[in-house]
Amino acid sequence: MSGKVVLHYFDGRGKMESIRWLLAAAGVEFDEVLLTKREQYEKMLKDGDLVFQQVPLVEIDGMKLVQTKAILNYIAGKYNLYGKDVSERAMIDVYSEGLRDLMEMMMILPFTPPEKKEAQLKTIQDRATGRYLPAYEKALAGSQFLVGGKMSCADVHLIEATLMLQEKFPAIISSFPNVKAFQGRMKAVPAISKFLQPGSKRKPQPDDVYVKTVMSVLNMQLPVQ
Amino acid sequence: MSGKIVLHYFNGRGRMEPVRWLLGAAGVEFEEVFLTTRAQYEKMLEAGDLMFKQVPLVEIDGMKLVQTKAILNYIAGKYNLLGKDLKERAMIDMYSEGLRDVMDMITALPFLPPEKKAAQLKSLEDSATGRYLPIYEKALTGSQFLVGDKLSCADVHLMEASLMLEENLCTILSSFPNVKAFQGRMKNVPTIKKFLQPGSKRKPPPDDVYVKTVMTVLRPQL
Repeated sequence: MSGKVVLHYFDGRGKMESIRWLLAAAGVEFDEVLLTKREQYEKMLKDGDLVFQQVPLVEIDGMKLVQTKAILNYIAGKYNLYGKDVSERAMIDVYSEGLRDLMEMMMILPFTPPEKKEAQLKTIQDRATGRYLPAYEKALAGSQFLVGGKMSCADVHLIEATLMLQEKFPAIISSFPNVKAFQGRMKAVPAISKFLQPGSKRKPQPDDVYVKTVMSVLNMQLPVQ
Repeated sequence: MSGKIVLHYFNGRGRMEPVRWLLGAAGVEFEEVFLTTRAQYEKMLEAGDLMFKQVPLVEIDGMKLVQTKAILNYIAGKYNLLGKDLKERAMIDMYSEGLRDVMDMITALPFLPPEKKAAQLKSLEDSATGRYLPIYEKALTGSQFLVGDKLSCADVHLMEASLMLEENLCTILSSFPNVKAFQGRMKNVPTIKKFLQPGSKRKPPPDDVYVKTVMTVLRPQL
C-alpha cells in the first residue's frame, strides 16, 4: 500500500522546500495538503499525526514521517542519492548539514523583526562568503558533484541554497566560479530543469501572506527563537 | 591507517557530548584534544581542518569529520545502531531529531544572560513535558527499546537527554514511568554503566569555566 507521497505544510518554502527539491530531483511525483487554518492544524494534532506537534509531515511508504532530517534521509536513501557507502554518506552528511545551517538562517528572515533584519542579512552574507561558499568551492575543484562523482542529496541542497542566496544577494557567487559552473550543470539536469519551470511544485519566496498564515496556524508570537 | 578516534572540542559537554555517549555505548575507545585557547582554534583554522570553521571535529577512519549529525550518523552506522533497514532508520532519525531539539535547548542555557535563563527553563519544561516526553513514553509502551527490538542511537540519545533533563528539572520524569523504567534498564547495559562511572569520558554539567572558555576561543562567532 505504498501509493502516493503526500506533503503536509504551509503554502510556502520553509522547512519543506528542501524536501520538495529532493523529491523533484529524484523525479518523484507528490501531492500536497496545504495548511491554511488553525483548525486544520488542531485536527492534525487531535488525530495524532504530528509526532512532535510540528510540520513538515510527509506520508510515504505507509509511514507518516515528521522531522525534516528524517524525511530527507529516507528519501535520499530510497532514491539512491546518499552515496555508495558509509564513507561517502559521511561526506554527504557533512556537506548537507552545512547547507542546512545556512538555509535555516535564511528561513527565519521573514520572521525576524524589521529592526533586526538588516543585521541578520549581513550575518548571512558574511557566513555565506566567509565560511560556507569557500568550502563548496573547494569541494567542487575538478569535480562535477560534491561527493563520489555522482549526484547526491548534498548537490540538490547546494543548488537550492545558492539560488536562495542569489535571491537576496544577486552577485554573491560571482567570486566562486566552481559553484557557479556547478549551478549551470545542475540547472541542465532534466528533473531539476523541470522543477525550475513555472507550474512546478517549487514555492516562491516567502511573503507577508505566508508569514501571517504560519503565525496564525501555529499561534506564534514574535520574536521567533 | 584507521587507528584511533580523536575528538577535538572544549573540555565540556556542548555539542560533542552525544558523540561521547554514542561511542561510550558502542564500547569504542577514543582520545580527546581539548580546545582551551584562541590560538589553538586559529591554528586549526589555518591548517584547514575545520570545514565550516566549527567544532566538533572527529578524526575517525582516516576522515576529519565536522557537523555533529554527520559524525553521529557515521558512528551509528558503523557500530550497528541505526536499525535494520531504511524504515527503521527513518523512525530512529525521527526520534533522534526530536531529542536533538530538546538537547539544543539545554545546551543553550549556560550561554543565556541570567534574566533570560528562567524563561528558557520554563520553555524547556513545557516542551519536554508537553511535546517530547509523551512521545517517548508512548513509544516505550510494551517495548524495551524505541525502535525494533534492539538498541539504537535513538535509545542512547534518550538516555542522555533524560538524564540532562533531570539535572535541570529534577522531578520531570515522575509522570513518565516508561521513560523512567527505560532509564533503569539502560543503566544496566554494561557499556553504558561503565560510561556513567567516574573516570569515564563523560563530561560534567557546564560551569562558568566552560562558558568562559567557549566564549574566549570562539569570540565573535558566538
